[in-house]
Order: sequence, then structure tokens, then C-alpha cells
Amino acid sequence: MSGILVFAEQREHKIKKPALEAVALGRKLAERAGGTVSVLLVGGAVAGLESDLARYGADVVQAVSDPRLSLYVPEAYARALELAIKSTDADLVLIPATAMGKDLAPRVAARLKTGLASDCTYVEKHEAGWRFRRPVYSGKAIATVAIAGSRPAMATLRPNVFQLPAAPVAGKGELKALQVAFEDKDFRCRTVSVHADQGAELDVAEASIVVSGGRAMKGPENFSYIRDLAKALGGAVGASRAAVDAGWIDHQHQVGQTGKVVSPNLYVACGISGAIQHLAGMSSSKVIVVINKDADAPLFKIADYGIVGDLYQVIPMMVQEINRLKS
Amino acid sequence: MKIAVVIKQVPDTETKIVIGSDRRSVDESSITWIVNPYDEFAMEEALKIRESKGSGEVVVVTAGPARAASALRTCLAMGADRAIHLNDATLDGADGFTVASALASALKDLAPDLILAGQYAVGTDNKQVGVMLAELLDMPHVSVVTKLSLDANKVTAHREIEGAHEVTETALPCVITAQKGLNEPRYASLKGIMAAKKKPIEEKGAGAPAGGIGMAAGAARVTLESLELPPPKQAGKVFKDDMETAVREVVRLLHEEAKVI
Repeated sequence: MSGILVFAEQREHKIKKPALEAVALGRKLAERAGGTVSVLLVGGAVAGLESDLARYGADVVQAVSDPRLSLYVPEAYARALELAIKSTDADLVLIPATAMGKDLAPRVAARLKTGLASDCTYVEKHEAGWRFRRPVYSGKAIATVAIAGSRPAMATLRPNVFQLPAAPVAGKGELKALQVAFEDKDFRCRTVSVHADQGAELDVAEASIVVSGGRAMKGPENFSYIRDLAKALGGAVGASRAAVDAGWIDHQHQVGQTGKVVSPNLYVACGISGAIQHLAGMSSSKVIVVINKDADAPLFKIADYGIVGDLYQVIPMMVQEINRLKS
Repeated sequence: MKIAVVIKQVPDTETKIVIGSDRRSVDESSITWIVNPYDEFAMEEALKIRESKGSGEVVVVTAGPARAASALRTCLAMGADRAIHLNDATLDGADGFTVASALASALKDLAPDLILAGQYAVGTDNKQVGVMLAELLDMPHVSVVTKLSLDANKVTAHREIEGAHEVTETALPCVITAQKGLNEPRYASLKGIMAAKKKPIEEKGAGAPAGGIGMAAGAARVTLESLELPPPKQAGKVFKDDMETAVREVVRLLHEEAKVI
């Protein structure tokens, strides 16, 4: 019987959370549609990681360990995924829509000449194939798409959308080594080193809490207010396009249509009026808090909780209140 | 050195999206069309490389309806030497594989040393075409690039990942997709705009199979069933005046009601 294959991204011998989300979704879909959940794990030495995957529902873990693969190698990873798809006769392939997943998925879909739905927020079985919902125009609209005429259906899944179940259905987690006959050309592009970016320990696209600053920050120095609140909440630092274009903070903090699209559990917008560009990037956040002096700021319309006030007064009070709550 | 830049004409990012009456398309009547912002970084990088080498050709390529010619003109005004237009309205909303297949056949004939594209086109948000092109043309690729350097055939690219960047090495010919931060795209000068009017746009599309250029790749892999606006949000609780009470209440609600902290 055919089944579901999940690409489980690991970096530095840790399974990324969006990969666990993909495994848990795969298990949920398999419970309904039948079939097994296989998981592909690629890296320098991946043995030992299978128990995490089994806990969230992996029946079989196909492991590709090769010292040349400890950092991301696009075409070698693609070769491994291609082989795993063929050897499991997968009907549905789920890949986290992380930097790695978004790079890997189109390569493999083009090789197999099959359909790929990007950044999905919903997946269901549909007659001959699979149906997906995905935000388009940066979330200003939602598209429902189907992949039925080509096999397997491939999808990347938006992180933080498919919640990890509190009581996951475990799988057997049987570890199988997958032997891949790599070719030289699979290594013609390779990562030689990875460098952590200063002040971006937690990425806005990955964080479950994001605190963002906008035009009202007035300069780079005032982003310390945003960092303080982010730290108190254990969240990442985001910014509006206005703040990034002014040069106050690096572009990888930018949330919005030409920045990152985020859907954290909590989004705190400080001094951001809410241009349509920014709304597009954060409106799918589960809970939105808006702090702005201007009571007419459009962002208040989508706030769950709003404070009309000066952020330079409000943020320090909020940091204090959160720390009091935690103690 | 021949550099191909693959671009797409997209709605301005400030556009309010109105769903068409067929519930499957966007009402285009009030849309302002622009060159996809990420493609501007790709264009700028191509021009910088041509300038640093002192020679070479920059060819801008797009797949889209007749209106997309104005996006090609914008790129010609920035400094591209010539343009190729796969003039086919069916390609505008086609899936990633269909678009990539159409572009790949045009690029195969062009045989560029380097292909640059935006990391994705805003709107369809597929993030597929650049990387698929590399696969279909049997080239390596580096996506989401914030820094690029060429040394003879060797390519070094910084690629943005979560909270870090990867330093990647590959060789020409290859596909690079551009991320914000790669450069500061130039504005077209008046002289550039005038010159662009005389630069050639080669139209392809004649001799395409019935149904359009995209049909060469076969039937669509991904079919659009419907398009809708996201559900409107309920009005929330807004506090003002007494900041101390406001902060205490919001933190309490986040903890007890929303349970997110």
C-alpha cells in the first residue's frame, strides 16, 4: 500500500520543529486515508534521531547518513528524496516550508514532473489525489488547489500552522538505512559553512512569539525596547518595511509582503500603523497585540488586544508586568 | 558573459485584492502592475556583473500576457540589452512546473552563463520557478541569495536561512535567486527610459501548441479550485487612558484568556 513520505529536516543533529509538525500531520492523514508514514532523514550521521520521529507517528525512518551531507547539499538531498519517494511509492510528500524545504521541494517536483503546492495551511485527501489550501498574495487571499493528475502530490507546509498534538499517535519508528548512489554532479553545489547572524538567534518565521517595531521606533537605538519585550516573552524581533528601509534593522527581521510571512501564536506590533504590505505578513497570527499612539492606526482593526498609548511608556511597563507574572 | 534575468509582472504590493466573479481569479481592473520586487534585485545584480566585467549581455525574459511587455520595458530602461517575451496569458496563473517548463525551453536556446531570478514572485507566492528552471536545464542553483561573487567560473553565494546564512559554492552555468539585501536596485534614468524604447523585445509564442506555450509541459499538475478572502477578524479589546491598568489587563488576558504567555 502506498503512503505518505515526510522530509524531516535536521540541522546539527536536531530535528526542526516544522519537521515534527509535518510528521504529526502525516500521521493524522494516514489515520484517515490509510497507508504508512515514512520519514526521510538526511545528514552527516542521523542515527539516534528516529525516536523523536516515531513519537509523532513515523512508521519507518529512512536514514541517509554520509559525512558529505552534514551541511545542506541541494542536489544530493534532492537525490535522496527522489529515491525515498520511489522506494516508498509515496502518494503524498510533505516537506516543511523552511529555508531548506523551500529549496529542496521544487528541485524534486521538477525532476519527477509532478505537482507541488507551496506553503500549505491545510491538507486533505480528495478523490483521486490531494487538496490543499494555501495563502496567496501574502495571505491577502486563500487558494484551494488540487493535485490529482500527477503522482506523488508534493506540498510544503507553513511552519507553526499544524500544531503538534499534545498526545501524539506514535509509529513504530523502524530505522532503515537508505543506500543512495550519489553522482559527482550531486555535489556541484554545496554549503561550505554556516554563520549565525548577529541578533537573530531566533528567526521571525520560526518563533512562536514575535515582537515587531515600526516607523515609531525613530532610529536603530530604540529597537532596544523591542528586544527587551521580545526577551521577556521569549520571542523573536520583527520589523515593518518602514523600519527596515530606514536602515534601523536588518532586512531579515522584516515582516510583510516583501519580508517574511509569519503565523506565530502571539504577534505584538509596536508603533506600526498597519500598511496592507505589513498586514499581509502577519494577519494569520493567532493572537495580535497592537501598541500605538494613534487610535486610528488600521492595525487596531485586527487586534485581539490593543493599547492606545506611547510605546516608550507602555513597553517598559509591559516587560515589568510579564517578569512579575513569570516570577 | 551572457546573463539571463527571469522576471514577472505582479500586482503592486499595496494592492487590495478583490476576488473576481468566477471565484477563481483576482479582479485585475484596479491593479497597478509592477516588476516583482525580488526580480529588481536580480536585474541589478546582472547589471553590476556586466559593469564589473566591462562586457557581456543582459537578456531579460518573462512569461505572461501582453501587459507584461511594460515590465520588460522597465528592465530595459534599467539597463538590460534586450528582452524575450513568452507572450501567453495562460502562463500568468499556471502552476510552477508549467511556467518553468515554458521558460526553460526559451532559455535553452539562449544558453546563458548565468540565470538570475527573484527568490519568488509576490502574488502566486509559489517559490518554485527559479529552482525548477535549474533542474530542467540541468544546472546547479542557489536560492534566496543575499551576497554573490564570481571568480572566473567559481560562484560563491550567501544564502539566507533561519537566523543564519549558508556560504555556498558552485560553478557557472547556474541559477541564482535573489533576496532583498543583495543590492540596492537602481532607478531607470531618463536616458535609460528613452534608450529602452529602441531596444528589441523578441516575442515567442508563434507555433505554440493549442492552449498556449504552457501546454508543451502537458496538463497542469496543480489546479486552482477556488480563491477566497481570509475570514474577517472579530473586533478585539482596546484600552486607552490609564496605561498602568491597560498593561496589567492585556498581560492578564494574554495569560488567562488567550493562554499564549
